[in-house]
Amino acid sequence: MEVSTALLLELGMLLLVLTVLGSAARRVGLSPIPLYLVAGLFLGPEGIAPVPATEEFVDTGASIGLVLLLLVLGLEFTVDEFAVSLKRHRASALVDIVLNATPGALAGWLLGFDAVGIVALAGATYISSSGIVARVLGDLGRLGNRETPAVLSVLVLEDFAMAAFLPVLAVLAAGGTWWQAVIGAAIAVGALTGALLASRRYGHRVGQLVAHPDPEQLLLRVLGLALVVAALAELVHASAAVGAFLVGLTLTGPVADRARAVLSPLRDLFAAVFFLAIGLSVDPSDLLPMLPAAVALAAVTAATKIATGWFAAGRDGAGAPGRWRAGTVLTARGEFSLVIIGLVGTQQAELGNLVTAYVLVLAVVGPVLTRAPLPLVRQ
Amino acid sequence: MKNVDIEEVLLPGVGLRYEFVNHRGARVGVVALRDGGFEVALYEGADPDRATSSFDLDAQEAEALAQILGAPRISERFADLTREVPGLAAGQVELRAGGPYVDRPLGDSRARTRTGASIVAVVRGDDVVASPGPEEVLRAGDVLVAIGTADGLTALTDLIDSA
Repeated sequence: MEVSTALLLELGMLLLVLTVLGSAARRVGLSPIPLYLVAGLFLGPEGIAPVPATEEFVDTGASIGLVLLLLVLGLEFTVDEFAVSLKRHRASALVDIVLNATPGALAGWLLGFDAVGIVALAGATYISSSGIVARVLGDLGRLGNRETPAVLSVLVLEDFAMAAFLPVLAVLAAGGTWWQAVIGAAIAVGALTGALLASRRYGHRVGQLVAHPDPEQLLLRVLGLALVVAALAELVHASAAVGAFLVGLTLTGPVADRARAVLSPLRDLFAAVFFLAIGLSVDPSDLLPMLPAAVALAAVTAATKIATGWFAAGRDGAGAPGRWRAGTVLTARGEFSLVIIGLVGTQQAELGNLVTAYVLVLAVVGPVLTRAPLPLVRQ
Repeated sequence: MKNVDIEEVLLPGVGLRYEFVNHRGARVGVVALRDGGFEVALYEGADPDRATSSFDLDAQEAEALAQILGAPRISERFADLTREVPGLAAGQVELRAGGPYVDRPLGDSRARTRTGASIVAVVRGDDVVASPGPEEVLRAGDVLVAIGTADGLTALTDLIDSA
């Protein structure tokens, strides 16, 4: 084995830059995601520091980051939480889809994107960032608030909706026809249902299969299983992300808790690489022309998300300030919108630029907006 | 004793929230996090939905707080019980290391035959063994919770503590 000095040096410097950016973002209470994107924008062949040696690693790492993001997300949820959320907030989920996917679809149509672009943009404006929202809720001490269960329920339902949405997009992006997309979605929904049932009935067995007292063994088993299932899912055009999500869902109980603990640091590393890769794939000079459209879309979909949160928290009996907090905290878009772009972005440069700019705006504005008190009401 | 109405709400991906209104009308919320930690909060002021003056407890601190709150409660409950039957009292005896019944089954002490007091529970660290059988092996540091006459309890203390 030959040690590549250039790779180690570049990668090390890269991670150090990311840690400086990340801790700066945390200090002012922001998510590091937009800064990772910006770092990606300014690196690369046309940027201020080309990083040729790490290119291959970043490419590979981005795929692993995608799998890990979804795997850990799946580990966080249980079937019961999904069932309870669905029961209580079905109407909120519907309002969420209608209000937030429509502006994206309309914007895609106005900008002249093809069907894939329109569907992708609708998904990107629909899905809030569970990562950013969960973090903000914890940081601002809102976990005990009355509106918080509504917010978390909306997030859970969105994440499950993604499991049906991503395969549709994957098939369309691969040039499939609408009926192939329907089949892809049906496979995904079938697999999702299967995973939910399996997790309820045999969850402990699957758990036993991968459980091991040694953290190293647990890490290798869960990650190995997730990568294999993700690859198989990708093979049938159901999206690697969905496969990883299903593996995470199937694992429950103490095994899931331990798996989350050993995988989270790895997820943080590779997710950062994933965001970096998205940034790298975008040329900053192409981003500027897309900025007005992105800002306009961000403004519209921030308003629609506030309406969604307002509606959902109202169902749980929260008052006006609580409903405002629920709405504003949901405005943050992040990792999922980027996952969608990762799926189709390579073919559609304009779409990639638009969504990157869009996420940059809302990943910053969302957490700031939710700190502001409800206008027009004296606190 | 009146029951406290505790409302339980699921927080998907986070844990559970318990909420109740205390006797003075203050709303108290406890968020039980997945990692074993807790957040305790009060709701007050103009916005009744917002958790104010909250504080965090990790698993150990929550355990310590539960013991502070819980220990007197357990003996109080026994006190309530004995108040209803005149002549009956409840007491606790700790097994000291080196005592005669350490590492021996409870039955060996023949406590009820010899003192008339019944051992209704063994408190061992965080665990409580309710209505222990004669085969229950006692350990140093166990606390025996017993019910009997005042004389019976004194006799039990002497028996368990006797060197």
